[in-house]
Amino acid sequence: MTATAAISLSGLTKSFGDTHVLRDIDLDIAPGERVVVIGPSGTGKSTLLRCLNFLDRPDAGTIRVGDLTVDAGRATKAQILALRRRTSFVFQNYALFANKTARQNITQALVTVKGQSQAQADARADTILKETGLSDKADSYPAALSGGQQQRVGIGRAMALDADLMLFDEPTSALDPEWVGEVLDLMRRVADKGQTMLIVTHEMQFAREIADRIIFMDAGRIVEQGPPADLLDNPQDPRTVSFLRRVG
Amino acid sequence: MRALDLEYMWGLVPVLLGYVPLTLFMAIIGMVCALVLASVMAVERVFRVPILDWVVRLFISFFRGTPLLVQLFLFYYGLPQVLAFLGNINGVTATIMGLTLHFSAYMAESIRAAILGVDRSQWEAAQAVGMTQGQMMRQIILPQAARVAAPTLVNYFIDMIKGTSLAFTLGVTELMGATQKEAAGSFLYFEAFLVVAAIYWVMVEALAFAQRHLEIWLNKAHAR
Repeated sequence: MTATAAISLSGLTKSFGDTHVLRDIDLDIAPGERVVVIGPSGTGKSTLLRCLNFLDRPDAGTIRVGDLTVDAGRATKAQILALRRRTSFVFQNYALFANKTARQNITQALVTVKGQSQAQADARADTILKETGLSDKADSYPAALSGGQQQRVGIGRAMALDADLMLFDEPTSALDPEWVGEVLDLMRRVADKGQTMLIVTHEMQFAREIADRIIFMDAGRIVEQGPPADLLDNPQDPRTVSFLRRVG
Repeated sequence: MRALDLEYMWGLVPVLLGYVPLTLFMAIIGMVCALVLASVMAVERVFRVPILDWVVRLFISFFRGTPLLVQLFLFYYGLPQVLAFLGNINGVTATIMGLTLHFSAYMAESIRAAILGVDRSQWEAAQAVGMTQGQMMRQIILPQAARVAAPTLVNYFIDMIKGTSLAFTLGVTELMGATQKEAAGSFLYFEAFLVVAAIYWVMVEALAFAQRHLEIWLNKAHAR
């Protein structure tokens, strides 16, 4: 583990019953680095992200974010909460709070979790809604928004948290093709701000363009990693070669 | 067959309406207390707190498994014999207590089912932004569960309004008790109970009207 990393994982392991989903994952992500995870379905990519903030509880390993170190096997409630408050998460199915408007989706955690005043949180939300091009939808409930609009609110909600690490779990996979572009555009803008990002996606062109580093996972392990040009154009492992041939 | 004494019935209406506030008082206080108690029990049942879960399940089993009338008699006539501090419990208090405990047992199960019906993504999103369990339940899960549970809970409230009539068996002169006395004085039982039936009916219909507005309000987040 490097002391300067935004986040360090070591020996992260997770099984569902007899199925080993993550096997001994080691990973350091530098501040501001954009890391994209690719790989076949069911290979543990989403589980890796979900273990990072304990939506799925890892069986063993260490997660370090800043000065917070969590031993996964013995994590306390307080540690899990602290970890979640240093990360933010963008869901495949958007997962907007159904009983809150677009603006309230963004302000909710700022007020209840970060203790900001409602006025302060509203001001932040309005800035973010402007950035995401949704100012006119501020008072709309999720049910009245398109998939693309919902996901932009989802990203806005995560942006507002100013997390050390933003996690994106296949953020465009549930979208109709017509909405994918606007969501990727917004993610590019988030990247331009220097946000540290860990992204699971099947959008290879987007991955090539946005990533500082691409990780190829298969069967719960990191098989190969490197800059997009190296990994995508000159893969070393046969599993990477075969995967890229199938998706490319 | 004799004709209805319409004049008597008409004269009885204002007399009996004077007892409506007491009926509503018992039902509303009972409903508020039952909602709070039921919500707490429902959340407990979802998280299954050790030991407490056993207590809550026993509570629900007992209060669903025995008649309301038996419970009222237990509180009013029975308990004061073993618990000295309940010695001067009055009929109204005993009724409110009985209604609260009885209906909270039913309502807890409805609310629990509604909580479990809230989509998994809502729980995960609340956790991911760093909410505590309490914040998650209060801000995200319970408001959404309320929407699902509302029609059932209004039904229990309707049942509770009618249940207040059992207070008359504890010697409380409420709507039912007053009707009984009036009827015993005039011997016009059919007229008297017809009037009181109409009063209960109108109260419940008024509530059903309010229910439609409640549901529209609760559904505003889900309109397209």
